[in-house]
Amino acid sequence: MATAALAVVATACILAQAALLAHVLAGAFLGGRSVGDLSTSLAVLAAVVALRALVAGAMEAVGRVGALQVMGELRAQLGRHLLSGAPLASAGERSGELATMAVAGVDALEAWYARYLPQVLLSALVPPAILVFLVPQDLTAAALLGITVPVVIVFLVLVGLASRARVQARWRALRLLGAHFADVVQGLPTLQAHRRARAQEAVLDKVGEQLRAETMGTLRVAFLSAFVLELGATIGTALVAATVGIQLVHGSVGLEAGLVVLLLAPELYAPLRAVGQQHHAAEDATVAAERIFEVLDRPAAAQDGTLPAPDPAREAIELRGVAVTYPGREEPVLRDAALRLHPGETVALVGPSGGGKTTLAALILGLLAPDTGTVRCGATDLRAVDPAAWRSRIAWVPQRPALLRGTVGENVRLAAPGATDDEVRAALAAAGALDVVDELPDGLQTVIGEGGRVLSAGQAQRLALARAFLADRPLLVLDEPTAHLDAATAADVDRAIARLAAGRTTLLVVHRPELAALADRVVRVAGGTLAEQHAAEAVAA
Amino acid sequence: MTAGAHALRRVVALAPPAWGRLALGVLLGTLTLLTAVGLLTASGALISKAALQPPILTLGLLIVAVRAFGLARACLRYGERLVTHDVAFRQLAAVRSGFYRRLAPLVPGDLRLGQGQLLTRFVQDVDTLQHLWLRAAGPPLMAVLTALVAVAFAWTVLPAAAVALAIGLGVAGTVLPALTAALGRAAARRQAALRADLTTELLEVVQAAPELVVAGRGPEREARLAAADARLRRVAVRDALAGSVAIAGGSLVQGVTALAVAVVGIQALGAGSLDGVLLAALVFLALASFEAVAPLGGAAQHLQSCAAAATRLTEVTDARPAVRAPATPRPLPAAGDLVADDLHLAFDGRPVLRGASLVLRPGASVALVGPSGSGKSTLAHLLVRFRDPDAGTVTLGGEDVRDLDLDELRGAVRLIAQDDRLFTTTVAENVRLARPDAGDEEVAAALHDAGLGPWIAGLPEGLRTLVGEDGAQVSGGQRQRIALARGLLSEARFLLLDEPTAHLDPEAADDLLRDLPALAGRRGLLAVVHQARGLEAFDEVLELRDGRLVRADCGSSAVALSIR
Repeated sequence: MATAALAVVATACILAQAALLAHVLAGAFLGGRSVGDLSTSLAVLAAVVALRALVAGAMEAVGRVGALQVMGELRAQLGRHLLSGAPLASAGERSGELATMAVAGVDALEAWYARYLPQVLLSALVPPAILVFLVPQDLTAAALLGITVPVVIVFLVLVGLASRARVQARWRALRLLGAHFADVVQGLPTLQAHRRARAQEAVLDKVGEQLRAETMGTLRVAFLSAFVLELGATIGTALVAATVGIQLVHGSVGLEAGLVVLLLAPELYAPLRAVGQQHHAAEDATVAAERIFEVLDRPAAAQDGTLPAPDPAREAIELRGVAVTYPGREEPVLRDAALRLHPGETVALVGPSGGGKTTLAALILGLLAPDTGTVRCGATDLRAVDPAAWRSRIAWVPQRPALLRGTVGENVRLAAPGATDDEVRAALAAAGALDVVDELPDGLQTVIGEGGRVLSAGQAQRLALARAFLADRPLLVLDEPTAHLDAATAADVDRAIARLAAGRTTLLVVHRPELAALADRVVRVAGGTLAEQHAAEAVAA
Repeated sequence: MTAGAHALRRVVALAPPAWGRLALGVLLGTLTLLTAVGLLTASGALISKAALQPPILTLGLLIVAVRAFGLARACLRYGERLVTHDVAFRQLAAVRSGFYRRLAPLVPGDLRLGQGQLLTRFVQDVDTLQHLWLRAAGPPLMAVLTALVAVAFAWTVLPAAAVALAIGLGVAGTVLPALTAALGRAAARRQAALRADLTTELLEVVQAAPELVVAGRGPEREARLAAADARLRRVAVRDALAGSVAIAGGSLVQGVTALAVAVVGIQALGAGSLDGVLLAALVFLALASFEAVAPLGGAAQHLQSCAAAATRLTEVTDARPAVRAPATPRPLPAAGDLVADDLHLAFDGRPVLRGASLVLRPGASVALVGPSGSGKSTLAHLLVRFRDPDAGTVTLGGEDVRDLDLDELRGAVRLIAQDDRLFTTTVAENVRLARPDAGDEEVAAALHDAGLGPWIAGLPEGLRTLVGEDGAQVSGGQRQRIALARGLLSEARFLLLDEPTAHLDPEAADDLLRDLPALAGRRGLLAVVHQARGLEAFDEVLELRDGRLVRADCGSSAVALSIR
């Protein structure tokens, strides 16, 4: 590993620089040598200084580039994981935060790779190397330093352990206070409406001051660990200086050896101090990575089927004895569910939210495999079918269709990238969305999605319907939007759905009775089980 | 940078630091650095002198100095950390409350898209400013003081060495930090667009992965993600290499300076102008004094981000408030109707309201329907003076609301917004926000009326259940009902409910709309709703069409409503 190799070179440089500098100073002082006499040593010293700088720069570079590589690899894994198995996002997932962290997390990781990790390596290398180097020069000083280092480390650990719980509680409290401020600022409109905005001024002042006082109390203890380190380092150096001085007077040690000892004493403690200082950076770095691993740990649906996909236009889709329990939940979302979708028929799923309707849709889309039971098309179990081939027979309009960054045209072409402009316009017309597009400044070329033009929920829904028209697949899975549409828009969307469902096998997840009226059959999904309902009943409900 | 400096001056004026503590912190920090320099310098002198094998007693003073420096450094450092952290915490509290006071009158103001982002950015910027003293301004001050003392000491020993040291420290303390800051700035600028690009790309994959997979676009997306990643990485690697040059430079300048001091020292020794005992001390002094300038690269970057944060913050707080409180408010009328008369309002030249009039009587209920974007919420905002109309008046009991105290008005006319914030505390405290002196029983009754009785009863913690960050732990429907409970708990005379049923199942929405007029009781109720269904319980159903209010069942904009 490059960083380790560099750490070895850095250690050698530290020793060489100290030895050469001591040699030059002692030679000039006691030996009476001039700059000319010492030119070789000075030249080598200059080279060592340059090499040491080079190594320091290289360590930083290797660390930062390493962090970039690790973060890039993590992002690639995240993308691959989501785009292959596509585990359903759990409710309330902060997707924006995840994406931001996956990109900006590299800053925290850089601190870890470029600063923390090298110092840890140096802490392991430099002190032993210096001690070994010093033993032949001055055994007493080496022994003295050899004793202080472990003593410092032991004290460091003891103080750290004693205050750790309190320090962590304090940082948590600080974070809470930060969250409280964010909460108050973001809730300002609400506070204004309830005339509590002014009252919060006093609250902010009070909790801020209270927290400062309490935190300072904890820090008095927490800073003791740094105090012990500093004290060990400086007292160690001072003791060594005094001891070496006395040995010099007695003539048991030469000046050059004494200077080497003195130059190396601070270097001995430097990496230990740096590790202490970079400790927080190390903790920050793990947060970003952990957030990504959380997602990577979520199991993906099996994707290893190879059979050609059956045709839902000719064969019925059948769920039998299906049970699904989401990881981390105790209650199954579906238990012993059975459903048959005949070719060309439209089935509406109704029932309370959280009852399992969306899970049923995910099973048919192949985004989810049942824990027990089977999902078949004709005689073929979907688990054995090549998932990409099966999905090429389905058009799906989710509850909240995603508008991707790009033009309107590109968005409509989501499942049919090769479609012509005329075909796109025909699909938009069928979805009742042509007027939406014609109102846009650049028509089909208008850029939407992140940073582009903002479309309303109703417009997005009709655009998603146009995607389904253009894809022209035999099986349609459609999740009605709960985002409120005004009455006129809702009626437009209903008419478009009716046109789209005609002649296709259609599964409708329905929230409004008006839409259930389109279905041939209505199935009520509640408490994880399915029950057939007469269409008329559903409309009346 | 001048704009940044100006903004920073205003931050200092808004949240002045505890100057005495700050000075103490800088003093302790400087002494800490100087004791480290003193320790090594004295040690160098001690050893050199000892090498001449004088009587041990003559070394006494130096030995005492070495030990004193050794002990003092750790104590001084401990004191410095306590004082500077105390200053930083005080600074954080002061900037938070200072900027909160400046921001509060500006909100909600122009309720525009991206206000949430603006507020998030605001919070981050305020928090950045906590580093102003501890990390941005403190280190340079300490470095300058330490360098001055070190160079002055060297001057008394050997002026040539002092010059070499001054040059070395000057380069390490100004050129290198400036280089580090400039490289960081350039890197941020170059990478910003690429990072944003990659974030968007990744965000789309995170949010739309199932749709992309079903549409068969998975492999293509993976490739696009990899390409965006590679583009960013190419630039970032170059920036990382450039950043490493600054690190290498710091190490190089320190080594070269020590070498230069050694060379001029040896020459002076030969010329007889330097006591040999002090040669090693001078070189050690040079090596040790670089500790003071080491944190300056980071400090420059902190100063830069503080200046940028201060600039953005002052831009936000310099905005003109959407409404101004009257200098001498009129007393709140004890009774009377809430009347909107011929309200006109345009956003960016696009008219939203064009002569909207409305009378809301205590005890009467009005439902307001209309297509999304027609200005229903805007009308509600005018009634509580979240903004003022371009023309027309809103009166309460005959008084123009512009003459009333804002808080008194909002106490009497309570708006429950569609995105009413849930604060990170218990259900009870969230509801009590509407009336801080309400007892638990009244809170429970309000929650019950809002339809949450069974839910609360089923919770192990009951009213003390935490709702999570902005209601993350409750469903959209529960959240909406908690907000409704606020309105029901309040002592307001008029309740304005913006989309109270948006997140409810259709059946639940119908139930709630049926019950709302009765729940409002003697209050006047205006409910903004998107559905024209299930509004039979309301005394009146109005539609906002083309900027005017018309009776919904009339269905013609020609029949402008004048219900007065």
